[in-house]
Amino acid sequence: MTANIIIATVLVHLFTALLQLTFWRKTITQRVLSVAGSLTGFAFALGLFERVRTGPILTMNAANWEAPFGIVFVADQLSVTFVLLTAIVALAVSIFSATGVGRARMLYGYFPIFHFLIMGLNGAFLTGDIFNLYVWFEVIIISSFVLLTLGGRKAQLEGAVKYMALNILASTFFLTGIGILYGITGSLNMADLSQKIQWVENQAIINLTAMFFLIGFGIKAALFPLYFWLPSSYHTPPSAVAAVFGGLLTKVGIYGFFRVFTLIFVPDDFIKAVLMGIAVMTILTGAFGAIIKDNIRRIFSYLIVCHLGFVIGGLALFTKIAFIGAVFYLIHDIMVKTNLFLMAGLIRHLRGTMNMSKLGGLYAQYPKLSLLMAVVLFSLAGIPPLSGFWPKVYLFDGGYQGNDYLYIGGIIIGSFITLYLVARIWSEVFWKRAATDDFVVDRFKSLQWHRKTLLVLPICLLACSSLFIGLNAEYIIQIADKIAGEMADPSPYIEAVLGK
Amino acid sequence: MLVASIGFLYAAGVYLILKRSMVRLLLGIVLLGNGTNLLIFLLGTITKGKPPVIEPNLKVLADIYSDPVPQALILTAIVISFGLTSFAIVLLKRVYALIDTDDLDDLNTPEEEDI
Repeated sequence: MTANIIIATVLVHLFTALLQLTFWRKTITQRVLSVAGSLTGFAFALGLFERVRTGPILTMNAANWEAPFGIVFVADQLSVTFVLLTAIVALAVSIFSATGVGRARMLYGYFPIFHFLIMGLNGAFLTGDIFNLYVWFEVIIISSFVLLTLGGRKAQLEGAVKYMALNILASTFFLTGIGILYGITGSLNMADLSQKIQWVENQAIINLTAMFFLIGFGIKAALFPLYFWLPSSYHTPPSAVAAVFGGLLTKVGIYGFFRVFTLIFVPDDFIKAVLMGIAVMTILTGAFGAIIKDNIRRIFSYLIVCHLGFVIGGLALFTKIAFIGAVFYLIHDIMVKTNLFLMAGLIRHLRGTMNMSKLGGLYAQYPKLSLLMAVVLFSLAGIPPLSGFWPKVYLFDGGYQGNDYLYIGGIIIGSFITLYLVARIWSEVFWKRAATDDFVVDRFKSLQWHRKTLLVLPICLLACSSLFIGLNAEYIIQIADKIAGEMADPSPYIEAVLGK
Repeated sequence: MLVASIGFLYAAGVYLILKRSMVRLLLGIVLLGNGTNLLIFLLGTITKGKPPVIEPNLKVLADIYSDPVPQALILTAIVISFGLTSFAIVLLKRVYALIDTDDLDDLNTPEEEDI
């Protein structure tokens, strides 16, 4: 079914960014516009989500060029779920940024770039054309470069060099893969590719191309051998930026995996084994990396890597039940990871540092805020009935049905280490007696009331989303089930795009 | 000929990226990007004097033709890589001005200095 509303979320953020550019250096107007734009984007995303949840897959042909020839935008359940999650994260972060980002950064165009980034994310989730996906990826990385370097502190620039080099490399691999794919099939439309790839006789070249995509997405998603850029860059920008990056940027790589490896390259045993090996190693290296760190943002960065392994493992099992687990985990993960970084930003406002050895005594001073943060931390660890628990049930089930005990072992170790880290953060940051009061810089106390609200409200919002996901798991499972169905059998997608 | 040069560009690009110098990293990225662009260009069956124009009395293209799509693709890719490269140059220049070294291994602020 054709509907032009698909593109609305992309356009909202585009126009918000453009409008903000006309208010250059007027930071208050930009803040108001940013929150308003994110709210509008959220409304459109929710509308689109409801429409696709209850109705058929929607498509839109750009400039009315028919499907395999023009660029097509497709909103199936997977896409709209991601769009909705992006909208929630964008809303939370734009509220947080209003106070959490320094004025100097705002003066140099923090908000327009932020909205360009969200626009790129929405575009990437909605497009049905693989070259267009590449272009959206570039929109995302160039905006993320600017957000990462804005401010120009030494650590930031150092992180940015690694981030830039590996992300450009990833794009090059991705582009090479697209080039070869076009060479062997003569199409760029993902639905069309899904059909044409079956007629290619030379299986070796398909596997080779799949490897190019694997490396390209693997770098972007920060999977095992290629994840080093993430922990060395995510702790440097302001927490609001780190929250978007941690919540959404790596997930675009995962989305690429979900899309390309279910629609175009249906994995054979070799690719499944490769993905599974990567997944287990990602879980282990991420978890062990997190243990030795003292800075809470560095710990969270490693935990992002660790938990992405769970999701890729779910994809590698390639059964419907594992898909449900993977999708559900991703929904939970986007909410929680964004919130963790916002929380780190709030802690920095409360204490002036994010180093655990210098922190302490938060619970005594701010019991309500601490309980709010506890909800987030316990969701992360997956303590029932919070949101991290349910997807693991499905992933375990998928692992047992696929007889993949290595993966199950990986999940157990990963979850255990996560639990240990949560306990450690809780005792070091919240319970431990504060080391010395002399160095404590409490910028939070002196803030005006409405500024405090702006900092705490987004964390509340995301914590409520996490609670909703955890307590209303039945509803999320229905959605995850529908997505898993789409991933296991892409024929409705192809039918919706090509119209036959 | 073109195939060999693509291979050469890829090899040189990867070699340069693996070096520790920042300038070589930049050159490596540029070479790899150009290699990819050439690769896509080559995949569009470059043939001289065969435009993808359908004869008036025919319905479809009968002969072999130069595919215009890859050319549109690399045009996009070139513009994007131009933007990325210019950003990379400015970034590396800033980093060089800040830490006064060309060695990528010196880009590690220890954890103790974190805020």
